[in-house]
Amino acid sequence: MINYDVVVIGGGPAGLAAAISANKAGSKVLLIEREARLGGILKQCIHDGFGIVKFGEKLSGPEYAERYIDEFIKGKIDCEMLTFVTSIKKTAEGFAITVVNRTGVIKYLAKSIVLATGCRERTAKQVSIHGTRPAGVFTAGQAQHFVNLLGEMVTKKCVILGSGDIGLIMARRLTLEGAEVLGVYEAKSTPSGLTRNIHQCLNDFNIPLHLSHTVTKVFGSERLTSVEITKVDERMQPIAGTSEIIECDSLILSVGLIPENELAESLGVELDNFAKGPRCDGQFMTSVGGVFTCGNATHVNDLADYVSESGEIAGIGASAYAEAERELVNIGMNEKTLYIVPEMIDLKANNSNTILFFRSKYVLNKCKINVIIDGVNVFAKKFAFLRPPEMERIVLNFDELKVTKDSKIEFEIVEG
Amino acid sequence: MKQFVCIVCPNGCGLMVDENTMEVTGHKCKRGIDFGVNEVTNPMRTICTTVKTTFAEAPVLPVRVSEDIPKSQIFEVMSEINKVVLSKSVSRGDVIIANVLGLGVDVIATSDLIKEL
Repeated sequence: MINYDVVVIGGGPAGLAAAISANKAGSKVLLIEREARLGGILKQCIHDGFGIVKFGEKLSGPEYAERYIDEFIKGKIDCEMLTFVTSIKKTAEGFAITVVNRTGVIKYLAKSIVLATGCRERTAKQVSIHGTRPAGVFTAGQAQHFVNLLGEMVTKKCVILGSGDIGLIMARRLTLEGAEVLGVYEAKSTPSGLTRNIHQCLNDFNIPLHLSHTVTKVFGSERLTSVEITKVDERMQPIAGTSEIIECDSLILSVGLIPENELAESLGVELDNFAKGPRCDGQFMTSVGGVFTCGNATHVNDLADYVSESGEIAGIGASAYAEAERELVNIGMNEKTLYIVPEMIDLKANNSNTILFFRSKYVLNKCKINVIIDGVNVFAKKFAFLRPPEMERIVLNFDELKVTKDSKIEFEIVEG
Repeated sequence: MKQFVCIVCPNGCGLMVDENTMEVTGHKCKRGIDFGVNEVTNPMRTICTTVKTTFAEAPVLPVRVSEDIPKSQIFEVMSEINKVVLSKSVSRGDVIIANVLGLGVDVIATSDLIKEL
């Protein structure tokens, strides 16, 4: 059994930031990564736009990640690569972590852990596409892996289903590499990706975006030969008689990301049905004392910059962690809110600089958010518009506000 | 009047540009004015792509242009980049193609991937 103060699981932007901040705070830190290189998904996100918030520069994914990797190496932080966590158990001595790698099985004991396990892509099986099972159906991240890391083109002529950001980025990427992207189809009536990505990835290359359309069937025995596209109604149900067949050799899916929390669930961590990640407090500690969450494992972020920010906070929290009763107060939300993170605050912690992330459930024009404590409106901010794809961030000083353990904290989005 | 979305930062402001007076509205910061004027006169874009290498463990290396290039020349620059087969070790920021197509911008490596091999 090897002892550490903090063990961070996952070496992407969240885990790197968490390990660096916990190390700076004086803890003995180990980072565990299952791949051969640090950087997580940013290794394959070769497009730019990272770091605008954090560094005031427009960096590509690898450049952004490597700034953290450089700092991580400079901090001489322990790291196990090509290592997979098989189990974590909370014991009286701390967290007993079992891992497996090429040297065999290793056991660690940690005072606290940070789960920076990122998210996974939704697959074809999860969006109910009928038909055969030919080669040529890829998730956008899979296609990105082939093209940007392996240098292998996946298509000559493709259709993209879903207007999530990775799908839009891949539409541009595949076009640059000489493929014909016939169109991006989105079952919802509004785009899922950032508006600026629709402009620079689709409009720039005359790639059409078809809203309220979905792929209902795929054809082909060895390789995909065509897809069936059908119009959908407002409940996203296919409308009979509106189908058309489009010939293509690939179907790229960008139909959503889901936080990865198998380890968290094995520890009994409560998940938030709306954010899809662990419920956490302002320090990113989950419902289980000593278990911290950050990055896309907590909720799917728009920007890597905010992933790193949450990692940094979680790392500081994990470093300071001492087994003690928390005084948790939930933050409620109204029907127009898709989710908020954190979902609760710990009155015994420092809440003078609590970051609150939220998304609206619908596209809303001219709206206002309110934070209400025991019936008193303590914070308000107006927005020209709120859109579900665009995450918003506010900072609150809960220590200045009169919050007690019986307080009712409510977050609401109101129109007008 | 032209209408489009600013791509400079994640805010994604909706811009309106009067093509006669070059007056920009809808921007939240100064960079939006520059982007708006450029977009109707000479739109500029970045390129992020990869170059082939001779290293089996890193068959491609990510690169980008050091500054924005004219949008109309994206595919010309891409075909220059696609001619490269890298056989020597380079670091992040190293120049892969200097002054590509005489545009005054370089194509630079964006990863230490090969250096780490």
